[in-house]
Amino acid sequence: MTTQTRETAGLVSAAPIVITGSATRAKRLSSGTSDRLMGVIAPLGIFVLWELLADTHVIDTRFFPAPSSIAATFVKLLRTGDLETNTAVSLMRLFWGFVLGAVPALVLGLTMGLYRPIRVLIEPLVLGTYPIPKSAILPLILLIFGLGEPSKIVMVAIGVFYPVVINTMSGVLQIPAIYLDVGHNFGASRWAMFRTIALPGALPFIMTGVKLGAGMGLILIAIAEMIGAQSGLGYMIWNAWTILSVNTMYVGLITIALIGFILTFGLNELERVLIPFRER
Amino acid sequence: MREATISQGRLETKIRFAGVGKTFATRGGSFMAVEDMNLDIAAGTFFVIVGPSGCGKTTLLRMAAGLESPTHGTITIARDRRDRPGNAMVFQGDSIFPWMTVFDNAAYGLRMRNVPKRDVDDIVGHYLERTGLTRFANAYPHQLSGGMKQRVSIARAFATDPDVLLMDEPFSALDEQNKTLLQEELLRIWEETKKTVLFITHSVDEAVTLGDEIMVMTAHPGRSKAIIDVPFSRPRNVLELRATPAYGELVYDIWGQLRDEVLQAKAAEAAAAR
Repeated sequence: MTTQTRETAGLVSAAPIVITGSATRAKRLSSGTSDRLMGVIAPLGIFVLWELLADTHVIDTRFFPAPSSIAATFVKLLRTGDLETNTAVSLMRLFWGFVLGAVPALVLGLTMGLYRPIRVLIEPLVLGTYPIPKSAILPLILLIFGLGEPSKIVMVAIGVFYPVVINTMSGVLQIPAIYLDVGHNFGASRWAMFRTIALPGALPFIMTGVKLGAGMGLILIAIAEMIGAQSGLGYMIWNAWTILSVNTMYVGLITIALIGFILTFGLNELERVLIPFRER
Repeated sequence: MREATISQGRLETKIRFAGVGKTFATRGGSFMAVEDMNLDIAAGTFFVIVGPSGCGKTTLLRMAAGLESPTHGTITIARDRRDRPGNAMVFQGDSIFPWMTVFDNAAYGLRMRNVPKRDVDDIVGHYLERTGLTRFANAYPHQLSGGMKQRVSIARAFATDPDVLLMDEPFSALDEQNKTLLQEELLRIWEETKKTVLFITHSVDEAVTLGDEIMVMTAHPGRSKAIIDVPFSRPRNVLELRATPAYGELVYDIWGQLRDEVLQAKAAEAAAAR
């Protein structure tokens, strides 16, 4: 950093165009790289600070145990297999809920976007039930589906369904009418209109819906498992509270955060593969 | 002379508008876009319709394409062969799919007709070559200029080998240089097939450059005001043609016919704005 300042100063004195200096700096460290660097440094810094404050007992370690002790619990839970089992159970529920919610939402969203009568019929139903907090439906879902697997899967499915159906429909509606004219003019069948125009045209919107749905699914699976389950990460966190194992609680939280992070990353990559035509 | 008579005798009507009218329902009542249109277009004719904006010429074309249905009358397109489409349209503005490559866009009409893959490759390859797009076969539209996109649209329409080509102001969004280039290319490709073309434009220059016959339409509601034969021989060289005095005179004549209509359309617009 010091060399750079000196260099810049030299350039300024040689030719009084200050822009040269800033251009050189931009080349050294592009804003993207420095942003990414900050993204790593910031959380690391917080962990270090947390560790220091916990070790010196400035913060109450009953609520905020030192990161090192959380890491130890993490390893311990991995050894016993508890963490893997609970993670696997949650992921399975998440997966099936996702499939059960996203697939019908996709089909319904495309149909609503393409056919006005169906849209007029169903849109009020969808938009009317959308604002109900999904967590508030949990007791009803437990009543209907019992305490077994189905109730968890249904909760995730409901959470995924709404963002996907609404975004898919909007995605089809924003497709310029001229593309539909092209389809009609070149004799596209009903199925071809779906496959070659509605689906690819709405894909950027659909992906946004899927990402929102994934986030919603993760929230709901945690909640559902806290109340009506004997396994899963949500159950693990809730159970940790009842036995006052704060470390385990943190391990659960970190695991869910990791799943969310990996999910987002994976969906972003999927988007890049599926939508090669987007201007970047 | 004799030959001419024979070929005259062979001239069959390819597109027939018989008493065609179109009325749209609007909030303020009904709007008559096209009124009592009677028109016979002979096979192999490059037929151009010019008219002021809002005269219903696009409506006329969309009816011929089957995208709108006429309120009155009938439109008939004589079909040569059942295994190819009756018409294919080159649309105004961006009409190629952003989510398909240039090749897939150009192949769209053929694929919708389940043409075997080998034939699709051959035909699309030919038209991409004719439009200078071969290098861009795997590019996506956002990587192309406006002129290139319109070339894809032209390739897509020609590739299906339709009975009739419908073109809705295909070059109106292009700059002057690109417009001239594309007009030349269109004429070159058209010379190969001599398809019946129905071409809509608001540019008198474009009409005279491309057309065999030109119909001038009246301002709202759209009616036929005059049909003018374009005497220039083919194949045409666009730039040389434009340098001839006869070209200028014809443009001047047609402008004379169109001028009143444009003024009337403008006045109607101003009145509506008030």
